[in-house]
Amino acid sequence: MDNRPVGLRPGVVGTALRYAALTVAALLFLLPFYLIVRNGLSTEADITSPEWSLFPSSLHWENIGELFTDPSVPMAHALWNSLVIAVLQTGGQLLLGSLCGYGLARIPYRHANKIFYLVVATLMVPAAVTFVPSFVLVSSLGWVSSLRGLVIPGLFAGFTAFMFRQYFLSFPRELEEAARIDGLGHWGTYWRIVVPNSGGFFAAVAVIQFIGSWNSFLWPLVIGQDEDAWTVQVAMSTFLTAQNVNIHELFVAAAVGILPLVLVFVILQRFLVRGVAETGIKG
Amino acid sequence: MRKAGAFWLFVGPFLIGLLIFNYIPIGWSAYLSFFDAQGTVTPDTFVGFRNYADMLTGPFAQSLLTFSVFALFIVPLTFALALGLAVAVNRIRFARAFFRSVFFLPTACSYVVAAMVWKLSLFSGVRFGLANTVLDWFGQDPVAWLSNPDPPWYWVVLVTARLWLQVGFYMILFIAGLQRIPDSLYEAAYVDGAKPGWQVFRHITFPQLRPTSIAVLLLSLIAAYQAFDEFYNLLGTARGYPDFGRPPLVYLYYLALGQTQDYGHGSAGALLLALLIALVTLLQGRLLGLGRQEA
Repeated sequence: MDNRPVGLRPGVVGTALRYAALTVAALLFLLPFYLIVRNGLSTEADITSPEWSLFPSSLHWENIGELFTDPSVPMAHALWNSLVIAVLQTGGQLLLGSLCGYGLARIPYRHANKIFYLVVATLMVPAAVTFVPSFVLVSSLGWVSSLRGLVIPGLFAGFTAFMFRQYFLSFPRELEEAARIDGLGHWGTYWRIVVPNSGGFFAAVAVIQFIGSWNSFLWPLVIGQDEDAWTVQVAMSTFLTAQNVNIHELFVAAAVGILPLVLVFVILQRFLVRGVAETGIKG
Repeated sequence: MRKAGAFWLFVGPFLIGLLIFNYIPIGWSAYLSFFDAQGTVTPDTFVGFRNYADMLTGPFAQSLLTFSVFALFIVPLTFALALGLAVAVNRIRFARAFFRSVFFLPTACSYVVAAMVWKLSLFSGVRFGLANTVLDWFGQDPVAWLSNPDPPWYWVVLVTARLWLQVGFYMILFIAGLQRIPDSLYEAAYVDGAKPGWQVFRHITFPQLRPTSIAVLLLSLIAAYQAFDEFYNLLGTARGYPDFGRPPLVYLYYLALGQTQDYGHGSAGALLLALLIALVTLLQGRLLGLGRQEA
């Protein structure tokens, strides 16, 4: 790891200070996660007690069940919506974006450059900024509060196609040429050789997309106007800005809402780190 | 002909969607921005550049200013903290992966969840908030963090929430940048008699990180332009959104999707904001040499 000359490495005091600073920072970074669990398993009285305590006086695991049985909080349905949307968007983006990226990177065509510029130009206008016109279009199509409206407009992110193009440009040509000699066309080469040999990159993009989709807020807020179409984020936000908040229930919802992501995150972290390191810089 | 067919087989589906869901809205929006379009998307009163003029002289300009204040805090803080953590984590021998994971973990959280923790637990305006509890230890009076614009303590809440969420992401970019610095540079510096610590950082590490630094500055700036989630959730209440602390997207949200349904002004504002971001992105492209083929 530290391959620098011995004289340039920090001394004992420097190392100790470094660990001390990192430990303090780590505790601060973990504190919000702890507060979610603490508040989620507390009673309302414990949370709002004027005497702040690090540990709740007793743990209330039944809060988790209450979240799913409280008829005024459609949390189970919202979780389901978020899952369906995140899976469809991740799958759809991987499929459409990777096909487009491969075509742009590897199939010679007269107008390929113009089309590439058409894709790249959209990178300059973030989707969040165009939510007003996108809403106008989607509502004209009658897709407000529908799964179509929530999923489909987000499938065509220029950034995904761009990332895949950059990746496929550095894919080893020899593999594809071998497939060509074996009589496979572009389509066959893509599915039998390129995709199976790009698992790491697909996984990296998938993790980033899944987290982005699960956590996205503005578009689901704009489109998911009926309670039936709420995602987890919109449901939580609605109760957060409501007059009477049931605080412990809200925090149980937050815990349930981030648990799948934290799991995905911890298990697939190496793909995620790689994806961010490789693609973030190009954004 | 077969080549063209294969090309369209791969690129066509994405491109059609891109045209329908990216280009048509932008074009339509440009059209609407020249009309008096309240509650309608097929307007017939042409108003020229009046919507643009209104946006640049009215509260939208104020919200661009709001954003500038926000960016003034968040961009340098994100940069310094992400770089500091990356340098601290990068060279340690023990528990390196652990610390990296801890700082990166908040990236998995949504702004809504962060807003919830910040609003109801850390910076709750009443006595049970953690920040007010800490203030109480030092004999200070509790602060109404989010409901009182004077003094504007709400910036502390907004900035710390975003820092917690995004610093880990930029730290990973810096770590990747640090790992690209060849060890031979450090060896040469050592031979030349450089002292460890600040001198090496100042003359070797920091200049070598220049491309990463520019990327981090501009990515965090563009992200700050688009701030919406934490503002909406931290400052919004059952009685609506207060008239302070409105970044551009929050302003557009209430203008176009609130009671007024003013798509004309909303579109003009969206295009102005898009133009601003496009300029920043172009600047980024110039500074980073984006589009050049990478080796």
